Amino acid sequence: MVERNESGRGLTGIYGAGALMAVSGVNAWFIREVLPLEAALMQFLRRCVRDESDAADLRQDVYVRVYEAALKQIPNPVRPFLFTTARNMVVDRVRREQVVSIEAVADLDELEIALDEPGPERAIAARQELRRLQAALDQLPPRSRQAMMLRKIEGLSRREIASRMGIAEQTVAEYLASGAWVLAEWLHAPPEKKP
Amino acid sequence: MNAIDTEAARWIERGDREDWSAADQTELDAWLAQSPVHAVSYLRLYDAWHRADRLAALRSVNAEAEAAPARSWMLLMRVAAVFCVVAIAGFAAIDYLSVPKDQFFQTPVGGRETIRLSDGSTIELNTNTALRIRASADKRLVMLDRGEAYFQVRHDARRPFVVQAKDGRVVDLGTKFSVRDGADHLEVALVEGSARFVSDTTKAALLTPGDVVVATADSMSVTKRSAQELSDALGWRRGVLVFDHTTLADAAAELNRYNREKIVIADPDVRRRIIGATIPVNGVEAFTRVAQQIFGVHVEKSGGEIIISR
Repeated sequence: MVERNESGRGLTGIYGAGALMAVSGVNAWFIREVLPLEAALMQFLRRCVRDESDAADLRQDVYVRVYEAALKQIPNPVRPFLFTTARNMVVDRVRREQVVSIEAVADLDELEIALDEPGPERAIAARQELRRLQAALDQLPPRSRQAMMLRKIEGLSRREIASRMGIAEQTVAEYLASGAWVLAEWLHAPPEKKP
Repeated sequence: MNAIDTEAARWIERGDREDWSAADQTELDAWLAQSPVHAVSYLRLYDAWHRADRLAALRSVNAEAEAAPARSWMLLMRVAAVFCVVAIAGFAAIDYLSVPKDQFFQTPVGGRETIRLSDGSTIELNTNTALRIRASADKRLVMLDRGEAYFQVRHDARRPFVVQAKDGRVVDLGTKFSVRDGADHLEVALVEGSARFVSDTTKAALLTPGDVVVATADSMSVTKRSAQELSDALGWRRGVLVFDHTTLADAAAELNRYNREKIVIADPDVRRRIIGATIPVNGVEAFTRVAQQIFGVHVEKSGGEIIISR
């Protein structure tokens, strides 16, 4: 028997990136329900900590806690759960060390209101999604961007990209890996414009 | 970018390659299982990587790849053009963009399944088989990781159908064929139409109906079989195994592919006995009964095995 999801396509577990996956269970839920909230989550975390990389670390801690909780039982609705978790982690951090700014405390109270509002993050139209993807591509260094475009737009193989760009396949792999990371940063939560 | 994100990004990149193997998958599974930090980091990158597949929509507008990175406004113009195309193409194109690209299918020992693809092609999976389908705008790629499958392909010159297994691949030219990943060799049988077999290590061959290719890591042979022989070899599609002048050892090995209870024949004399029979794929009982009656062998069940001896 082939394992099937509702649409009749057999899918099991997490699979390699090109080779699919994850359209099952907690993993699918995480992608579908949690990641779209990342922009709002980062907006909150950035106000709590000064350093962008501290915010990213906190985000990862929050994700891990939410993911672990979901393995036992999927929190529904997810939004209040995610932000309560984030708030608790910020409070923990305030107690532990002095890296959290004063404004964070005020934000924590305002957050209560924000919890119930449905996020505008969902349902991004295809058109907007393409613009967003391009904005993300534009963040890449030129060579990395070129490699990503040849892969994702032209659908060339590693070998073809290497020969087109006159570089080693291993270098192509590095460009694509760093490209994947930058895309994730920009697609989920583009950094806010500095005033 | 922290160390785990770096590692996850490498996994994403590695998983995107066509030579991704079952061994790679095992390694990835182990890494993901190590820590939920790995899992969330991977999922985040995975989602972004696949969302970027939508960029392929920009391709049809300008088939020629650009040697230099395009400026943003050029891309935006392409986006505008693409939306005109999408509007004309209607739902089909939109649906294509939103469909997840890769699908994974498998059958357990004794299982059999038929997959119908949206292009009208079908794939029948035999016992203990695993394959992945990766569809893109310019190619339909099936990676046979394990087992055997029968393909009936709707030909499309603009989107070749390619089956990749072990060290070889079959490129369809409008065909019905089977591919079997044996222990140490790859076997391809062409039933109808024509196809090209390309070996990674040796050479390529254009197949015509009746051709059976047996390829190992460093050799390749093509033999001609009759329509009857091919039909017998594909008996599993009807749920039967057809043995014709087959040794008991070979017949047992074939049955063992379909059943958890394995037949073991140690005695060389018994192994060499010849039979002709058509047996259901799960007909272990029938097989042992025939062997007992015809050859007077001794049959004994022990620890999940059926031991046939003199």
